Amino acid sequence: MFAYLAKRLILMLPLFFGITLISFFVIHLAPGSPTDLQTQMNPKVSTEAIQRLRAFYGLDKPLHVQYLIWLKKLIKLDFGNSFSPDNRKVIEKIAERIPVTIMINVLSLFLILIVAVPIGVLSATHQNSFFDKFTTVFVFVGFAVPTFWLALLLMILFGVQLGWLPISGIKSLGYEPSSLFMIILDRTKHFILPVLLSAFGGLAGFSRYVRSNMLEVIRQDYIKTARAKGLSERTVVYHHALRNALLPVITILGLSVPGLIGGSVIFETIFAIPGMGQLFYWSVMSRDYPVIMGILVIGAFLTLIGNLLADLSYSLADPRIRNT
Amino acid sequence: MFDCGLANPEMRHARYQMNFRSAFRLSFSLSLLILTLMIFSGCSKKKGEEAKPVSYDSKPPAYGDTFVDSSIGDASNLIPILSSDSASHDIASLLYNGLVKYDKDLTISGDLAESWQISPDGLVITFKLRKGVAWHDGKPFTANDCLFTYQVIVDPRTPTAYAEDFKQIKKIKVVDDYTLEVCYGKPFAPALASWGMAMLPRHLLEGKDITKSPLSRNPVGTGPYRFKEWVTGQKIVLEANPSYFEGCPYIGRYIYRIIPDSATLFLELKSANIDRMGLTPIQFMRQTGSREIQSTFRKYRYLSFSYTYLGFNLKSPLFMDKRIRQAISCAIDRQEIIDGVLLGLGRIATGPYKPGTWQYNPNVRKYPYDPAKARELLAEAGWRDSNGDGILEKDGKIFQFTILTNQGNDVRSKSAEIIQRRLKEAGVDVKIRIVEWATFIKEFINNRKFEAVILGWTIPQDPDLYDIWHSSKTKPDELNFISYKNIEVDALLEKGRGTFNQDERKRCYDRIQEILAEEQPYAFLFVPEALPIIHARFRGIEPAPAGINYNFIKWYVPTDEQKYRDR
Repeated sequence: MFAYLAKRLILMLPLFFGITLISFFVIHLAPGSPTDLQTQMNPKVSTEAIQRLRAFYGLDKPLHVQYLIWLKKLIKLDFGNSFSPDNRKVIEKIAERIPVTIMINVLSLFLILIVAVPIGVLSATHQNSFFDKFTTVFVFVGFAVPTFWLALLLMILFGVQLGWLPISGIKSLGYEPSSLFMIILDRTKHFILPVLLSAFGGLAGFSRYVRSNMLEVIRQDYIKTARAKGLSERTVVYHHALRNALLPVITILGLSVPGLIGGSVIFETIFAIPGMGQLFYWSVMSRDYPVIMGILVIGAFLTLIGNLLADLSYSLADPRIRNT
Repeated sequence: MFDCGLANPEMRHARYQMNFRSAFRLSFSLSLLILTLMIFSGCSKKKGEEAKPVSYDSKPPAYGDTFVDSSIGDASNLIPILSSDSASHDIASLLYNGLVKYDKDLTISGDLAESWQISPDGLVITFKLRKGVAWHDGKPFTANDCLFTYQVIVDPRTPTAYAEDFKQIKKIKVVDDYTLEVCYGKPFAPALASWGMAMLPRHLLEGKDITKSPLSRNPVGTGPYRFKEWVTGQKIVLEANPSYFEGCPYIGRYIYRIIPDSATLFLELKSANIDRMGLTPIQFMRQTGSREIQSTFRKYRYLSFSYTYLGFNLKSPLFMDKRIRQAISCAIDRQEIIDGVLLGLGRIATGPYKPGTWQYNPNVRKYPYDPAKARELLAEAGWRDSNGDGILEKDGKIFQFTILTNQGNDVRSKSAEIIQRRLKEAGVDVKIRIVEWATFIKEFINNRKFEAVILGWTIPQDPDLYDIWHSSKTKPDELNFISYKNIEVDALLEKGRGTFNQDERKRCYDRIQEILAEEQPYAFLFVPEALPIIHARFRGIEPAPAGINYNFIKWYVPTDEQKYRDR
């Protein structure tokens, strides 16, 4: 087991650096540079000022030198400073945005799980029933509806017309923390719509996944055996079938680890949530290379770890894999 | 909806030096996005009606309440010389002062400088500074702060985009604490306005690396508001400065909310959670008419400081002949573009200046929609439709060209479509190509690989247009990318920036406008209107040529209408 783990970890290293290398060169291939926002089409900027700015960000050096400088810093766990005018530490910019993104993603993943699993199981056990057909249509509508449009409709209904929920932001404006309860209530109100909507889009995939796994499992011989033993349908479905049907879910959960830090630009923009999606989007738009690389590195790292964890827990959960 | 913020970034460079305290909100931040449309914001019902001061009641001014402003983008750095986005400069304009500012009529008046003198040869400006001005931390403001601001801007280690004007300075001397003497190598008219740049506190910045200064996120200035709090991506909070030298502002608190989506912004406005936003023409004309909005908000409209144009690549053989450019100008129905794209909320542009300013020359050649004249001019230049297919030919070549514009700017792409249709009627086959901004600049503008472009310029308060029209400014990164060259214009541009005498300058710029109108290197299209909407409880808003922001510290909410009391 430890040999396996060590081997996996060692193999991850070249993969990780490969990812950083490719990302670094690819983002530099895109036209435009971090200084453009300040200098382009600006009558007050001389060619010399452009050179000055480029030198300040180290953009005047050859690309491979820039990469090596960046890499050297990374090894010391230093992500460098942002190329945007604020010149702040990349890690600081990420740290200030990551909690809200993780919070929303965890909540919506949780919501997806507790809704999608029962939907999937029930549609499988009642295949082709009205419930099955209804949920199929429902989740696909959820999948197909442009969420920004739905978000706006819900904002108009709950925010503008009924006035029950705030329209945007993550806390109220003139909000002075009076009591813990009020703080929690205020935060909860702000999170309801974003969490609900981001879960809505994810329902379809997950519930269909559970449904098809479940359908496959209940046709297996061991389910017949269980039924033949005279176990109640309930025990058969929820004890024997479900456990096996949910095994692949581990893989999905493992793969969604990097997704937890990647916010959705669309939700964050619509709900004015200062999360990772916006940060990444704007850093791409302004060619803020250190921030882009910082987020990509963290993403790559989490993807690799997520895969490893999925594999490990799979072998823990499924004896058939453990032995091979 | 999520077009990149880079949509027409040139707007961002709204020559901030002077805009700080003056009126308009050319909302451009990197942020910027949909801003494109926000710019076209404004105020009243009938077209052409200039916004008038609203004096609907006479409740006395009162201190207190909060103004909740809104922006699509967050600020980046609150040391103004280090940032160029409009969000940062919006905030900075309330936190800092320059030595001079543009007043409501766009004439230069004193800000931190009480008065100034320009030597008869135009080489030396002597500023007399206000006494008794204090930084927000209580330290006195003196001429040494001005000297320091100059030094840090021209310091090659400072990554600033604003050094150019200050590099013209040959010598700068602090005569005493309240007198500053600035010597220039040659008379340079934009110099005076360049001192509208925010002055920085020497005692907090000297000897430190300005790029790492905590003042970036915790600024200290001399302005009417003091910095309180900045929650990244959410809001920036300022508080009235009770010891401001022009008196404490009435509105006690200023909150700048960051809401990146314009649809959300509009919903927040409808629920009165924000007190101001810039409307799009559609929102202005069609979506803010309900009784509820009419009674809670007031809309304003005034010409913005920008214009949109169709620029011709004068290196292309197609456009070398001035008659062709004039013909295209005749074939375009500008009013139709304004009505169709801006819903009437704009004015026809005749040159590079804003109508109503001193430098604007109304008596230039105009190009009303005249398809017959267009045909005539094209025929004169040798273009005829010999095979009857509706497209003109000359020497076996058909008259065809491509209009390029950048992605993410609806107004421009729609204008291109309208122009395309009108030119087709005139026998010219136009293709439209819309390109992402960075590619647009790098592959097409800088390499001069375009035939015609639709773009916009911010109109600076100072009329100096050397960088855009002078024939020396045609190198790859420079802004005379259409390669315009006219010896008389060159000479006038040099003369115009070399004198402080406004009458003499006006003569230069009047003539330049005549030449540009005659030669049509750009087909000037329109000046859009700014369309802000502001909560009706705010009084004292008086639209002027400078817009509305110039007297923000005099805005107030009568006591009985104050909304945010718990300060």
